[in-house]
Formats: sequence, structure tokens, C-alpha cells
Amino acid sequence: MKFDTAATTNPIDRLRIIGQPADRIDGRLKTTGTAPYAYERQDIPGDMAHAYVVVAGIAKGRIGAMTLEDAQAAPGVLAIVTAANAGELGQGKMNTARLLGGPHVEHYHQAIAVVVAESFEQAREAAQAIRVTWLPEEGNYDLAAARTAMGDAGQEDDTRVGDFEAGFASAPVQLDATYTTPDQTHAMMEPHATIAAWDGGSLTVWCSNQMVAWTRGDLALTLGLEKEKVRLVSPYVGGGFGGKLFLRADTVLAALAARATGRPVKLALPRPLIANNTTHRPATIQRIRIGAGRDGRIAAIAHESWSGNLKGGDPETAVDQTKLLYAGAHRLTGLRLAELDLPEGNSMRAPGEAPGMMALEIAMDEMAEKLGMDPVEFRILNDTQVDPADPSRPFSQRQLVECLRRGAERFGWSRRQARPGQVREGSWLVGFGMAAGFRNNLQTKSAARVRLDGDGGVIVETDMTDIGTGSYTILAQTAAEMMGVALDRVAVRLGDSDFPASAGSGGQWGANNSTAGVYAACVKLREAVAQALGFNASDAVFEDGEVRLGNRAVPLAEAGALSAEDRIEYGDLAKRYQQSTFAGHFVEVAVDAATGEVRVRRMLAVCAAGRILNPKTARSQVIGAMTMGVGAALMEELAVDTSRGFFVNHDLAGYEVPVHADIPHQEVIFLDETDPLSSPMKAKGVGELGLCGVGAAVANAVYNATGVRVRDYPVTLDKHLARLPAVA
Amino acid sequence: MRAFTYERAATPQDAAAALAGHPQARFIAGGTNLLDLMKLQIEAPTHLVDVNHLGLDRIEPTPEGGLRIGALVRNTDLAADARVRRDYAVLSRALLAGASGQLRNKATTAGNLLQRTRCPYFYDTDQPCNKRQPGSGCGALQGYSRQLAVIGGSESCIATHPSDMAVAMRALDAVVETIRADGSARAIPIADFHLLPGDTPHLETVLEQGELITAVTLPPPVGGRQVYRKVRDRASYAFALISVAAVLQPDGTGRVALGGVAPKPWRVAAADAALPQGAQAVASALLQGAAPRPDNAFKLLLAERTLAAVLAEGRA
Repeated sequence: MKFDTAATTNPIDRLRIIGQPADRIDGRLKTTGTAPYAYERQDIPGDMAHAYVVVAGIAKGRIGAMTLEDAQAAPGVLAIVTAANAGELGQGKMNTARLLGGPHVEHYHQAIAVVVAESFEQAREAAQAIRVTWLPEEGNYDLAAARTAMGDAGQEDDTRVGDFEAGFASAPVQLDATYTTPDQTHAMMEPHATIAAWDGGSLTVWCSNQMVAWTRGDLALTLGLEKEKVRLVSPYVGGGFGGKLFLRADTVLAALAARATGRPVKLALPRPLIANNTTHRPATIQRIRIGAGRDGRIAAIAHESWSGNLKGGDPETAVDQTKLLYAGAHRLTGLRLAELDLPEGNSMRAPGEAPGMMALEIAMDEMAEKLGMDPVEFRILNDTQVDPADPSRPFSQRQLVECLRRGAERFGWSRRQARPGQVREGSWLVGFGMAAGFRNNLQTKSAARVRLDGDGGVIVETDMTDIGTGSYTILAQTAAEMMGVALDRVAVRLGDSDFPASAGSGGQWGANNSTAGVYAACVKLREAVAQALGFNASDAVFEDGEVRLGNRAVPLAEAGALSAEDRIEYGDLAKRYQQSTFAGHFVEVAVDAATGEVRVRRMLAVCAAGRILNPKTARSQVIGAMTMGVGAALMEELAVDTSRGFFVNHDLAGYEVPVHADIPHQEVIFLDETDPLSSPMKAKGVGELGLCGVGAAVANAVYNATGVRVRDYPVTLDKHLARLPAVA
Repeated sequence: MRAFTYERAATPQDAAAALAGHPQARFIAGGTNLLDLMKLQIEAPTHLVDVNHLGLDRIEPTPEGGLRIGALVRNTDLAADARVRRDYAVLSRALLAGASGQLRNKATTAGNLLQRTRCPYFYDTDQPCNKRQPGSGCGALQGYSRQLAVIGGSESCIATHPSDMAVAMRALDAVVETIRADGSARAIPIADFHLLPGDTPHLETVLEQGELITAVTLPPPVGGRQVYRKVRDRASYAFALISVAAVLQPDGTGRVALGGVAPKPWRVAAADAALPQGAQAVASALLQGAAPRPDNAFKLLLAERTLAAVLAEGRA
């Protein structure tokens, strides 16, 4: 089904099942510990062997010698695979560094060997017995130094509208400020894990992955196999946050280990290795300049971002939202990429907009203060309903102003003291902060197969993943609504490369596209059913397990075991209309007047993101994202050792994410919205919207509490302590 | 983790004897720290002596009017003990500020004293660390040191002792009781129990090989207002950036110890004496001679400000 004109009324609009707060249909499995995660599967045939990864102890250089004898002689050891005996390996399209390194080392904790043994403990002990001598080389690990060294390099690729320099120079009110965000790690609960088994020349991997088709393709490329010889199964994923979008070392090493031993092999990445071995969100340095008239209208806005990556890697796209969020005739955005020898940077939790909004929305707060305006009103004044770079291109839906007004009213924003550092409650300094939320909506083709079991039940099959988001549930709701059956008559099977290729889970594109793919398959199936039962397909009503038209009603079961497969694909609607999602984020914090400790008191998000397919799972997505926003604002930071070239705090004791005690009352409001330009579902992504802007709302609230502006995330107490008032 | 042998000791003296002359053997109690270190091969004992069944799990009054806390008393039980809550509230508060409910259920009194640093370079076996591997150097000195010591460290090591409990015990002048393989016992004031790193950061306490902690004794209650204030980046389940244990008397005198700043719980007589003069004088006495790194210099100001808040709480 090609979606190239605005959606009209369709069976989804009945909202009998879609739009209802259905419980997660996998919830019982999750809460009883019976959902089979990759490492825990007991249904793999064969005599399972266990593997343990060996990693590089330097950031850059070469292996001088690797002594394997002790490990080979250790009890239970079956094989040791290194680059020297693994055979020629290809490179996945999504990978920058090699997943099995050696003799060259490209980053700290790059995998250089895998040990296979009868038991996990034997594999680990043998891995620890491998001795390596290193030939380290000098590397670049310091983003700030790299930025200085770059000078003006990279400006030739900037995006310009109007004449920023002239517009900024002539603006009576100006802001020119620089913000930093740190490297971050995904910290998902389930580590990267794989079981691999070969059957002749065919490979099956059971793993934890967000993007089945991408990863299957990259695994085939890496191992030099035809894609058809690889099956990838990932039905349950214990969190990904972008860290499992790609093929990673666990899957490649398990496959190599299984090939070397002729047995199924399981491997999980140990927690202390994940931060440096896998991908992370790169740090940024962001310079923002805003020039406005005294009336508060933005005349010129510039956003430049520096980030680092391994050679061949990409920049963190932290400036994209600045192209679209606010009006202004003169605009400049630019991404600058420094070559660093830290581990590989890539997508994490709303890549681009999450760190970009952390900077932009502090800048907007600072600018509002310079103008003497309320931060909510300043944003509303600079709203735009069209793409500022191309006014012929409207937004498909844009309710940012409504989000901000509704949020301000609900939150009691009028009680905010505009002058910072004024509200004291006992030993606490109290402040309010807000930010806009913004994240683009992406249309991506997505396929599904929908079958009737001949007994009134419906089966949905697609390689879509459920990374804790609720995919199983909303896909079941979609099929139930379309086929007119109860939710419990739908079985959803996900995460298997034998099923039709879906959009996968990432970039908040999963929900809208994968349900639209199921919608497309259901439309086809309804036609087949109508034909089988002698109905006119366009007029037949599918409802209550029956197909009806006029006085005639036939049970769906009588159509027999029919099957239909289709995919949603998109025309040029995303070119003609800008598709984005919007939010207003509001936060109250208290700062200990003596110690500077920040504690969040309450949070509110008002979201406009098209049709909400399931308000319960959507709310869970948003409150989870708001929690990530608190982490980003107040504590999450991979500390870089800039001489040794690695992330130092690489376990969950050193890398802090919020605990329950950090998260207060969270409220989420979804505006009533449908977007007929997004898909037949009229939905958009929402999960990452809940994160984008939250960090700045927290930082702005801290400023409002203390009067001390911190522009370097995370906002830890050491950054404002010296400027807090004296302790009484 | 290396393969190891295991035995369960029947008496404290048997346990001590099982370790004496056996440098690769370790006692195991709650295991909340040792097992993690063994998995990472930071510790690789060849033999474990289980001391969980020695009957050292009681809290009893002493003839002097204090409390004798068995070495195997779990942190949860110690924090909840009515006598501790009434007479040694700073200890109860310190315990509850540490770790998580699950860990406190397992962790023991002696094990808490003996837990090892959380310095990230100690935990990463690909990095130099004089404590883990004597002579290999210190990665933290020129590296990431935000959590680490500002005083009491050396050019070999700036690790901190991570305990909350021990800081309160230092303020309470606790005494560590031990038994040796020959059956002899000794009583070690907690002030003397932990060693500063000097050139030998791998030596962390005065215990001899095989010497087993049997109890920690608290002197008779000293009254006063008892405060434990732990400062950290998140609200729970994090090691202290700094912590303050204080016992404050109505007349302005008292005692104070700091955690998170040094390789051992940090208390200085002159700082106690300075309490009537206020936080600045106390902080200055406690941290005289501090040698912070750029990453952790904030701890000096943080200590002073936190002391001020604690003293204000004591006056309230």
C-alpha cells in the first residue's frame, strides 16, 4: 500500500480497540520472568557451549603478542577465536570499528578474542588467562582540544538561510553562549547477548536487537554469507535505547565461536565492557547565537555543534531541531566532526534532538531573561507553522503553542518567580523550569503478514521488535480493530527475520510505521475475506467477529485460513509537509542550599504527537523518557580519561542513572490530535518526544532556584556550589 | 574468577588458624564485595573460609554500658536495633544511607569495615593501580578523580574508603576486636584500624594474615544530637561525594568525622575542639594539608558547607 495522499476515514477511526488503554499483552511474561530473553532461552537444540569475550586494554595501537597457551590448556576450553584464525571478515554497513579487532586496536575494550568452553565459569577463567603485550600509539581523546585544533574547519558545509551574520549583528538583543553535553551510555538492563547455532552453512542467531533486517544484513556481510543463510530472532529485548540498533560484537563472536566448535554457543557482554566495547552517545560542544528585536521576535539564530567519532563515523546531529523549531529570517546551522580515538559514537535515546534540545532550550531561557519576557510567551511569540527555510512547506500538525499553554496552566506556571534564587522552603531553594519538546516523525516502509486461523483468530507476523515499548500490544490492537475481533483473539509474533521486514524500533518511528504495515496487510486480508464470503469489500463491516453488510452477517471463521501480506510505503508527503511532534515540558526542582544537591519535585509533559494508539503504553514511554531526561540533566556522564583514551566509569556503580528515589510525581497529557498526513493510523512517534527538552527544563528550573546558570551537563552540585549563597 | 576450595569454620579460632600462613586464603561472610572482586580477578583467593556460622551475630551490652556488635551482624539488623537507634543514632543513619536494602541484608559489620575502595582504576584490570598490583602506578592521579581522596592519600594512591558505617563508628570511638590463630585477642581502636596508603596502598588495615574480626565494641552512649549527612549526585544507591558524621552536644562541643574524602574515616582532634567556633574552623582543621586534584577540589568547599548545615541542624 502506497500512502501518498491524506488519510480519509477508515476502520481504525472507530477507536473500539485502538486508542484504548489496553494492558501490555506481554506484561505477564515480563513480570513473571518468563519472557525468554536471548541469553535465557532453553529451547535451542544441541549441546550449548559458553563464550567469554577478551578485549583490548589500550585505546589505540597494536597487539604485540597474545599468549594463548595457558587459556587453551585451561579446563573445559573448546576453542579460542582471534582475528588470526577467524578467517576473513567483512564489515557491516552500520559499523565503523571492527567487531573483532587485532592486530590493530581501534578503541578501548574492542573485542580481540573469544574463548569458548563447556561452562561460563571456565570460559571466563580461561579468558582471564590470556596474556597480551600492547604496542600503544598516541591518540586523540579530548573533544575540547580537537575543537580548538579544528579552527574554522567544517564551516563550508553549514546550512544557511538569509544572512545570519548581518541579522545577528543588527539585532538589539543578542545571546552568544556555549553549552556542552557529555558522552553517555545507554545503560539498558539487558546486556547485549546472543546464542548462535549453525546448521551446515546456515546460521541462526537468537539475540537482543532493535533492527532485525539491518542486523541480519550486516551479520551476513561480516561473515561473508548470503543474507538468506542467516536467520535472526529477537522477540524480547530488555531495553535498547539505540545501543541495539546494530550488529555488535556479541552476535559476531557467538557466531564465530559456534562455527569453531560446531556447537551452539551463548555469549553476553559483561556489564563493565559495554560502555567502551559498544556504541555510545558522543559528547557535544554547542555554540548558540540568537538575535532578537526588543519585541522578542527572533531575527537570527545560529546553532553549531562539535562532536567526535572514530574515522569514518558520523557527527551527533545536535542542530537539526534548530532548523524547524522557531521562526527567524536569518539562520545558520552546522555540524563539525572531529576525529577522535574514543569508542564508536552512534545513536542513543533520541540522537540529535536530545542533546541539541538540552542546549537550545537553555539558550531560549537565557534569551527570554535578556528580553524580560516569560519563557513560555517568548517561545509562543516565535512559533512558526511553516518550515522557516521553505515557507511553502507547512507542518502537517503543529500544536506547540497549545502544549505550552495547556502545560503552563496545568503546572501553575504563573506562580513562578521570574527573578531567580527567590524561593526558599526550609533548607531548599525552589525553582520552576520549562522547555519546548520537539522530535521529528519519520516515515519508513514496514511490512507484515496477517493470517486468519480459520477459527476466528488472527495471527500477525512481522520482524518488528518490542524493546519494552508495547509493540506487541499496539500491533494486536491494530489487527483487532481492522478485522473486527476482540484483542485476545489476536496473536502477535515478532522479531524473526523469517517474517516480513518492518520498520524496526528506533528514532520513535516504530509505532506509526509498524502499525501502518499491519493496517496495509489487514486491508488486503479484508479484501480476501470479503471475496471468500461474497461481500463487497469496500462496504463490508468487520465487527464482533463477524463480517456484515445490510441484513447479512457471517462469522469471520467461515472465511477459512486466509493469509495476506503487504507493506506500507510512502510517497512524498514528508517532503511536502514537515512532520514533527511537539511537547511542553515543565519541571519543579529543589536545590539544597548548603550542598547544592538537586532533587526534582514534579514533572509535567504535554505532548502533541498525532493519534495515541494506546494511552497506557504511550504514557509509559513518555514517563520513561522523562526519567532519562532527569538522568541527562543531573547525573549521566561517561568520564573520559583524556590521556588513556577510555570511559572510566564503565559500570552501573560509576555511571549513575536515576533511581526510584530521584523520580517524583510525573504527569503526562496527550493533546487530542490526529495527523492524516502521517499514515492511515494518523499516529506519530511519541517515545523520544518525552525526552527531548526535559534536560533543559530541569536545568532551567535549577537556574530559577539558584540564580546560577550552568551550561555544562550534567548539572552536578560542584558546578554551582561556589556561587550559592552562604550557609546560615 | 579462579577455581577455589572452600571450608566452613567451626570456631573463630579455627577460622583464624585456617588462614594463618596461607596468604592466598580469604574469609568470606556476606560476600557483597569479595565475590564481585573475584569475578573480575581483582582478588583471586585459592581458598575461602566461610565465617557465617561462628555465632558472631549478636548485639550485646558490655559491662561498661556500651554495646558489643558481633562481626557477623548484618547491616540491616544493626541499623534496626532499638539500642542502636536510641543511643547511637548516627550509626543507624549511616548504615541506612549505604548500599541498598538487599545488600544491607547480606553485608556484615566486619565486612563493611574491610570493603575495598570503589576507585574505578582499581576495578579496571587493564589500568595501572598500586593497590591492586603494587608498583604498576596510579591511573587516577592523572586521570578521573572526582570521587577520590583529597586528604590522606599519597603519590601512590588516592583511593577513598567507601563505607558509611565506619565513618559513624569513627565518630563513636568504636573498637575492633579480633582473634588470631594462636587464640590471642586484641582490641584495636578504629582510629588505628585502617592504614593510610603511603608507598604500600595494598596494605589497608593493621590486621595480620589470619586475624579475624570478632566484634566491634561501642563505648557507653555519649548522648547529644547525632547526625549523618551523606551528599551524593543521586538520591539513593550511590557512594558519598562526602559525608559527615556528627555527635553534637547542647553546649556546642561534640565530635565529627568525614567520609568520602580520605583513605579512611577522617577525624581530627583539633576539629572536634573547633566545633564551638563553627563550620569554617572545623573544616579547616579537618582538611588542613589537603591535596585535592582538579576534579575533586570541590570537596573542600562541599565539606565546609555540609558541616555548616549539620551544625545548624545540631543547633535546631
